[in-house]
Amino acid sequence: MQVNEQLSKDFILSIDSLTVSFDGFKAVNDLSLYVDENEIRVIIGPNGAGKTTVLDLICGRTKATSGSIRFDGLELTKMREHEIVHAGVGRKFQNPSIYEDLTVFENLELSFPKGRSVFGALTFRRDREVIERVEEVAEMIFLKDHLHTDAAILSHGQKQWLEIGMLLIQKPRLLMLDEPVAGMSVAERIKTAELLNTITRNQSVIVIEHDMKFVEDIAHRVTVLHQGKVLSEGSMERVKHDPRVVEVYLGH
Amino acid sequence: MPAAGFLFSKKEWLYFTILAALLLVVMPLAVDVFRLNLIGKYLTYAFVAIGLVLLWGGGGILSLGQGIFFGLGGYCMAMFLKLEASTPAATKIQSTPGIPDFMDWNQITALPSWWQPFYSLTFTIVAIILVPSFFAFVIGAAMFKRRVGGVYFAIITQAVAAILTILIIGQQGYTGGVNGITDLRTLHGWDIRTDSAKLILYFVNALLLIGVLLLAQSVRISKFGRLLIAMRDREDRVRFSGYDVANFKIFIFCLAAAISAIGGAMFTLQVGFMSPSFVGIVPSIEMVIFAAVGGRLSLFGAIYGALLVNAAKTTFSESFPELWLFAMGGLFIAVVMAFPFGLAGVVKDHVEPFFAKALARFSKPSPEPQPQAAE
Ligand SMILES: Nc1ncnc2c1ncn2[C@@H]1O[C@H](COP(=O)(O)OP(=O)(O)OP(=O)(O)O)[C@@H](O)[C@H]1O
Ligand SMILES: [Mg+2]
Repeated sequence: MQVNEQLSKDFILSIDSLTVSFDGFKAVNDLSLYVDENEIRVIIGPNGAGKTTVLDLICGRTKATSGSIRFDGLELTKMREHEIVHAGVGRKFQNPSIYEDLTVFENLELSFPKGRSVFGALTFRRDREVIERVEEVAEMIFLKDHLHTDAAILSHGQKQWLEIGMLLIQKPRLLMLDEPVAGMSVAERIKTAELLNTITRNQSVIVIEHDMKFVEDIAHRVTVLHQGKVLSEGSMERVKHDPRVVEVYLGH
Repeated sequence: MPAAGFLFSKKEWLYFTILAALLLVVMPLAVDVFRLNLIGKYLTYAFVAIGLVLLWGGGGILSLGQGIFFGLGGYCMAMFLKLEASTPAATKIQSTPGIPDFMDWNQITALPSWWQPFYSLTFTIVAIILVPSFFAFVIGAAMFKRRVGGVYFAIITQAVAAILTILIIGQQGYTGGVNGITDLRTLHGWDIRTDSAKLILYFVNALLLIGVLLLAQSVRISKFGRLLIAMRDREDRVRFSGYDVANFKIFIFCLAAAISAIGGAMFTLQVGFMSPSFVGIVPSIEMVIFAAVGGRLSLFGAIYGALLVNAAKTTFSESFPELWLFAMGGLFIAVVMAFPFGLAGVVKDHVEPFFAKALARFSKPSPEPQPQAAE
């Protein structure tokens, strides 16, 4: 414990012996994972490895059975979802999760971190600061010309970007993306990789991804999950040649 | 829905003007006091329907128990009026003069302490708003904090409505039981049974309704309103954007309750009594039907829905009282299947394009492009 306390000073996120059990099935099993400030960490692994569950645990959607998740000195396992967001953790879902009945502008505006209480929302004003920030983020996510488009009619790739934008506008210190390029065209993937490389200048990112080309484009370090445990960890180069990884994941 | 202009868009201001003219000018001129009073009664249900547009249309939270709040508001008002009608002089033939007659019939010999404050009109007016809001807060906090929603929430509200009805009927010494609180006469000495009082109460009611409509609209166009839409769509996304979703649901549930309660109090004033038959399961479901028929997304629709369905009910149930419930059920199913957005949807999809076309034919290329916000 003493050692971990020491270590957690240097990491923005430190997960220690985290376990969650669904009716006896351990989807995440004694997992430890450490993410550096401004690092892009990619998590890969076969279907059902527990990747999404790890993100669920970090953002408070699923409660851990045991173990600890420390973020910036806070114990996340004891906090509620919106408190974790306020602490600076943003999370994108595996399927694009945006407000289809609202416009791109309104989607981003609702994600802007102001007026988050009931009273705040009732008295919220769309001032210059909000408009400028929404436009700035819309430009980053390639949707500047679609600000007043209904989100429902965006392409699948644009919806993915919009959700990323909804996180960026919160300026999280840790951004977690679950399969952000799933369903994107090759051109869109390249743009997304550029986007992620730009934004990590001042935030840490955890990305879950199956697309190996994309992983190579962005990853600083890669963690391979298998059956709720870390199978291998390190640079893409190292992980790629790890025989265990080849066997369970990259082999097919 | 980009709101152009203050509160409403231009088109909505037109609808607003039509509605205000209808309620404040046309109706009072067109019908006699008896019928106007009847319309006033229908309009008290429009308060509930407006609450439902916020709650159900806006936030996707279906409550099948709005009669609870309509009833609580109505009962608060009735308690005040009953106390005023139960002066020792007026009740001197009772074994305990000075208490409401139904208490006397139930061998109660002193006014229960929780009735006491209802001697004060100020207290009563505050209670009309706060008692139902508090009730809604308790139900809302218990449900929404536990993430109970959807069908389960609807069923729970039904159960609460049923329990409250049973409670009111069972405690007849304190509540007037199944007959309710009847024989209400004066408000601060002003006889509410006269034609002139009925006329004035109609206008008070209509103005309050318009006020509530504006209030509801201001909530809808605020960021709060957009958050409700977002929650209806993607509750998790809202939560993981840093909002405590339960608080928002509790607030809108309380607001809808308070609005319904105003309707209930105005009902008591205009109709002259309040009884459990406006609290329970059936009236609560009827209230949802008003909103559904009008269009659950439209505040204007809520008012027209309440008016039309109630007018139909009066006409229909006079001739075939036992068939009314079936007709009502059928109407609900028909609306949900064929016109999910109710009258407002029909107007938007059929009437508006018709007028737009007619206008275009008569004038030069329209000076103002029509930015139809898709819904
Ligand atoms: N709430 C839950 N209740 C029960 N089982 C669950 C729950 N959430 C996840 N699981 C199970 O845990 C395992 C890990 O699921 P998870 O979604 O984390 O996998 P994944 O690595 O994200 O897979 P994929 O690549 O398909 O997205 C799966 O077997 C899944 O069925
Ligand atoms: Mg997954």
